[in-house]
Amino acid sequence: MLKVENINVYYGAIHAIKGVSFEVNDGEIVTLIGANGAGKSTTLQTISGLLHSTTGSITFQGENISGVPAPKLVSKGLAQVPEGRRVFLNMTVQENLEMGAYTRPNSEIEPGLERVYELFPRLKERYRQVAGTLSGGEQQMLAMGRALMSSPKLMMLDEPSMGLAPILVDQIFDIIKALHKKGTTILLVEQNAQMALSVADRGYVLETGRIVSSGTGAELLADERVKKAYLGG
Amino acid sequence: MIEKEVIVLSLLNNLINGISLGSVYAIIALGYTMVYGIAKMLNFAHGDVIMVGAYICFFATQNFGLNPVVGVILAMLVCTVLGIVIERLAYKPLRSAPSLAVLITAIGVSYFLQNSALLMWKSDPKIFPKFFSYTDAEGTVHSGITLFDGQLTITYVAIVTVAACVVIMIGLTLFTGKTKMGKAMRACSEDKSAAQLMGINVNTTISMTFAIGSALAAIAGVLLCSTYQTLMPTTGSLPGIKAFTAAVFGGIGSIPGAMLGGILLGIIEIFAKTVNTQLSDAVVFGVLIVVLLVKPTGLLGKAVREKV
Repeated sequence: MLKVENINVYYGAIHAIKGVSFEVNDGEIVTLIGANGAGKSTTLQTISGLLHSTTGSITFQGENISGVPAPKLVSKGLAQVPEGRRVFLNMTVQENLEMGAYTRPNSEIEPGLERVYELFPRLKERYRQVAGTLSGGEQQMLAMGRALMSSPKLMMLDEPSMGLAPILVDQIFDIIKALHKKGTTILLVEQNAQMALSVADRGYVLETGRIVSSGTGAELLADERVKKAYLGG
Repeated sequence: MIEKEVIVLSLLNNLINGISLGSVYAIIALGYTMVYGIAKMLNFAHGDVIMVGAYICFFATQNFGLNPVVGVILAMLVCTVLGIVIERLAYKPLRSAPSLAVLITAIGVSYFLQNSALLMWKSDPKIFPKFFSYTDAEGTVHSGITLFDGQLTITYVAIVTVAACVVIMIGLTLFTGKTKMGKAMRACSEDKSAAQLMGINVNTTISMTFAIGSALAAIAGVLLCSTYQTLMPTTGSLPGIKAFTAAVFGGIGSIPGAMLGGILLGIIEIFAKTVNTQLSDAVVFGVLIVVLLVKPTGLLGKAVREKV
C-alpha cells in the first residue's frame, strides 16, 4: 500500500532523515519506534506532504506521491492524526469532524458522523462542545475521529499516547486495534515502544534519522538491543 | 427645560453620526481582521482598496451613467479581483518570510495604489454624488428624515450605512458558522498544517479571505464617500488606519470585535469632534494606546497561545 524509498529530509542545514526506506502492506499495522528526535514525526510529515524529500520516492497504492501537496493526498485515502492532536480548539466537536470530511461529498458527512460516534460515544455526548474544553484523551479521540471522517485507506498516527494517563493509553490502543480489524491499514509512530510493538504486525526502529532495525512486532519485542534502548530492560 | 432638550437632541445627533461613521469603520475593520485571522498579516493596503472602490463607483455612475447599484456591484467586483491580485503578487511569495518583511510590503502596496490613483485620476478631489437623497416636486432635496422641527436629522445614508453593516455582520456570522468554506476558513486561521491534513487548500482559503475583505472595502468606500462627498487618492488612507485601530481595539482576528471596535471608535471620534475638531484623531489613537495598555488582546480578543 505504501512504499517509502530512500528519502532524505533537511530542516535547513540539519539532515533529519537519512535515506529511510520501508513499506506498509495492505491491512497491516506497522510501527516506527525510536527516541525523541529520531525522525519519526518528520517521516510521517514527509509522507503526508507537509515536508518534502530531496531524493527517493514515496509510492501510495502504486502512485508516486512524492512532492504532492498535503491537501491533495487526503482525497487519495491518506489521513494523518498529527502529533499533539492539533484539533481545532475554537471549533465544536462536530465542526472538527466535519472538517475531517472536507474532501468528501456532503452526503457522506452524516454516515461518517454516525460511524465516529459509534466508535467514540464520548464524542457524541459532547458534540456541541468546543474542542478546547475537552480533556487530552477526548482530544485524541477527536483527532482520530476527524481523520476517520475522510474514510482513509491508510491512517497514520503520530504519538497517539503522548501525555495520556495509562488507562487512556489502553483505550486508544483498543480503538487502534478495532480500526485495524475493520480493515484500515495503520502506520503508527510511538515512543511507547512496548505498546506499539505489542499491537503491530511489523516495526522499524529509527535512530537519528536512520532505520537501524526491523522485524515483526514479536521479534523486536524480543530483540536485546531494542529491549535495552526502548523497553527499559 | 428647553436648554435640556437641545442638549439631549444634540447628543442624539452625535450618537447617530457616530454609529453611522462607526459602521463604516466596522465594515473596513472586518477586512483587516479576517485577513489577519487567516494570513496573520496586517494588510495596510486595505484602506487604499476602499479608495479604488469609491473611484470605480464614481466613474461608473458619473461618466458612464450607470445605476448606483450597478456601480457598487462593479466596484465590488473590481476590488475583489484587486484584492486577490495583491495577495498573489505581493504577499504570497512572502508566506514564510518574517512578518516585518510582509508589513513593509503592505505599506509599499498602499503607496503603490495611492500613487497609481494619483497618476490615473489626478489629485483634484471629485465631488462624490449624493446617492441617498431625492428631489421632490418643488425642487427641494431631501437627504434624511428630520424630527423635532428639524433639530434632529437622520440622513438616509446613515440609515443605509448602519443597515449595510448589520446585514454584513449577520452574513459573515452565518458564512463562518454554517458554510463549509467558512468553517474551513476558521480551521485555517487556527492551524494551517492541521487544516492541510484535512484536505483544505490554504492558498485558496487565503485568496477567498482577501476577496471577501476587498469586496467589503468597496462597499465601505461608497458609503464613506456618500457621507463625506469628497474623493481623492488619499481618501482611504486615514479611514483605513482608523479601521485598523478599531480592529485592534475590538480584538484583532475577532469578527464581532471588529464590529464593536468600529462602532465604538466612530462614536468616540464624533463626540471628540464636538469638543475639539483638531484633537479628535488624537483622541481616537489615544483610545488605542489605552486599550492596548489595559487589555492587550483588545475588547473581545482571546489570548492566543504561541504554538511551537
